[in-house]
Amino acid sequence: MSPVIEVRNLRKTYGAGDTAVHALRGLDLTVEKGEYIAIMGASGSGKSTLLNILGCLDVPSSGKYLLDGIDTGEFDEEQLSLLRNRKIGFVFQSFNLVPRTTALANVELPLVYAGVRRAQRRERALAALDLVGLKERTHHRPNELSGGQQQRVAIARALVTSPAIVLADEPTGNLDTESSREVLGILDRLNASGRTVVLITHEDEVAAHAMRTVRVVDGSVQTGGVAGVLV
Amino acid sequence: MRLFEIAAFAVRGLTANKMRSGLTTLGILIGVASVILLIAVGNGASSAVQQSIAGLGTNILTISPQRAQPGSTVKPLTTADAAALVGPDSPDVKYASPVVSAQATAGYGTTSYAISQFIGSDPRYFDTTNSAVAQGNLFSDNDVQQARKVVVIGATVATQLFPGTDPVGKSMLVNNIPFTVIGVLAAKGSSGLQDADDMAVAPLTTTQNALTGYGSLSQIVVQARSADALPNAQAQVTTILNGRHKVTQTADYRILSQDQLLTARTATTETFTVLLASVAAISLLVGGIGITNIMLVTVTERIREIGIRKAVGAPRSSILGQFLIEATLLSLFGGFLGVAAGVIGSRFTIAGIQPVLVPSSVLLAFAVSALIGLFFGSYPASRAAKLRPIEALRHE
Repeated sequence: MSPVIEVRNLRKTYGAGDTAVHALRGLDLTVEKGEYIAIMGASGSGKSTLLNILGCLDVPSSGKYLLDGIDTGEFDEEQLSLLRNRKIGFVFQSFNLVPRTTALANVELPLVYAGVRRAQRRERALAALDLVGLKERTHHRPNELSGGQQQRVAIARALVTSPAIVLADEPTGNLDTESSREVLGILDRLNASGRTVVLITHEDEVAAHAMRTVRVVDGSVQTGGVAGVLV
Repeated sequence: MRLFEIAAFAVRGLTANKMRSGLTTLGILIGVASVILLIAVGNGASSAVQQSIAGLGTNILTISPQRAQPGSTVKPLTTADAAALVGPDSPDVKYASPVVSAQATAGYGTTSYAISQFIGSDPRYFDTTNSAVAQGNLFSDNDVQQARKVVVIGATVATQLFPGTDPVGKSMLVNNIPFTVIGVLAAKGSSGLQDADDMAVAPLTTTQNALTGYGSLSQIVVQARSADALPNAQAQVTTILNGRHKVTQTADYRILSQDQLLTARTATTETFTVLLASVAAISLLVGGIGITNIMLVTVTERIREIGIRKAVGAPRSSILGQFLIEATLLSLFGGFLGVAAGVIGSRFTIAGIQPVLVPSSVLLAFAVSALIGLFFGSYPASRAAKLRPIEALRHE
């Protein structure tokens, strides 16, 4: 069976000529189905660029990225949007919920673009909100929710389409300890139920939840970490 | 993915900022309403003109002196010219009325009023201009021969000078000369640009004595025996006048038939309508630019939201659709209200003109307003759709 993510010699360069910035310099990475991976690295190491490319929000300058066995390099913007919708659930550090829109509508959003019927959409969105423990908050708008609750809505939105992979870019970066614990607990449970999770963090306590830690230094992977290592 | 869902997003986007949406709608509303209303006013003016000219009858020729051209002399139209037009040489001319006109100030008691048209003619004048008497009598040929100081006044003059009293038999002063009012004409209403009832008619001789002097006539109104005889009558009149005025090249008078008059006046009011409509169209255009402006602001403000939508898998077409629908809804709503305002507004008399609604202008204005949304919304919408997801998400 092919890995969920297979990245070969990935490069990303911003700008050109003397002022060119090489964010990724020939990075290789393989993520198997059901894995829980933490990507760590100093700021500017290229870890966010990597995650954005994995989430099909950005495209690499060169190199190969196979998602679920599909070569994304041959896809145009229209097909990439389809891929983002069906295969990827993305959780942002700053939550990124649509403002003035209820939690339920936010979670339903990917299903609307997937063309799921109204009744089924509601059912699946409610189930996802139930999973993150927000069944009582379905009709609250983002400004009526705490940071931790907003992030849980965002996670519900990321997993409502049953994606091949959940990507999280410092999901606890803007949260207090209590909320962080809840969010990480949810990601743990997702992984335990067989979902593949890749998250970025610079906190060792967060990375400790993962099976494996990948360190990105200067745009390439330094070493494969050991599963379950506590620092 | 269904259009309905996209439309729902668009409606939510519009209701999120009601004040702004309302003001943008107002721009289109004013544009559409003014197009409909001003076309209706122009149309109303032209139909009023047509009605007043149609009232003249189809067998009438109006002869008026031509303005002097450089290098040629103009002989005045005289009473003798008018008399010469009826005779054996012109079998198709029934009769010819000489007409003089002037402005005059009339007074009764302590009231005074400036009559815009004080006309001197013979009794046939009433016939050719379709003027019916409402009270009293018209003057007779005998009155003209005797130069009696009698006058028949229009409805406006009657209400202005004799409010609440019967003018017939009263003596009014015209430029300080006493005239006896013997009749009041039935009201004809406004002919668009001037009040047809703001006039008085007295015998030709009296008017020349008192007001205009014995110079050139303002007009000779010729009545042909029938509408069919009009071309022949015109030819006979031309021959007689050319002979009397010794015309070699260009005539020093001109003859207008009711048809020509209608054409000339219609052309004028059409120009007037086009002018009004273009002013209105400009305001509609400005409204459209308002939509572009607001949609650009909206897109810029919501770049992050667009990024989020793209990140969860919104295809370009749905983002494009959402913002196009927002723009079109704004303009359609504005157009709808504008049609309502225009239709209601056209029920009132504007500047003395009763507007006549043109159904096609209503349809056109509404359709144009819908297209304006699509056209002026397409640039901001395509800008939104083309945004790269990662750039949109990074936007603060």
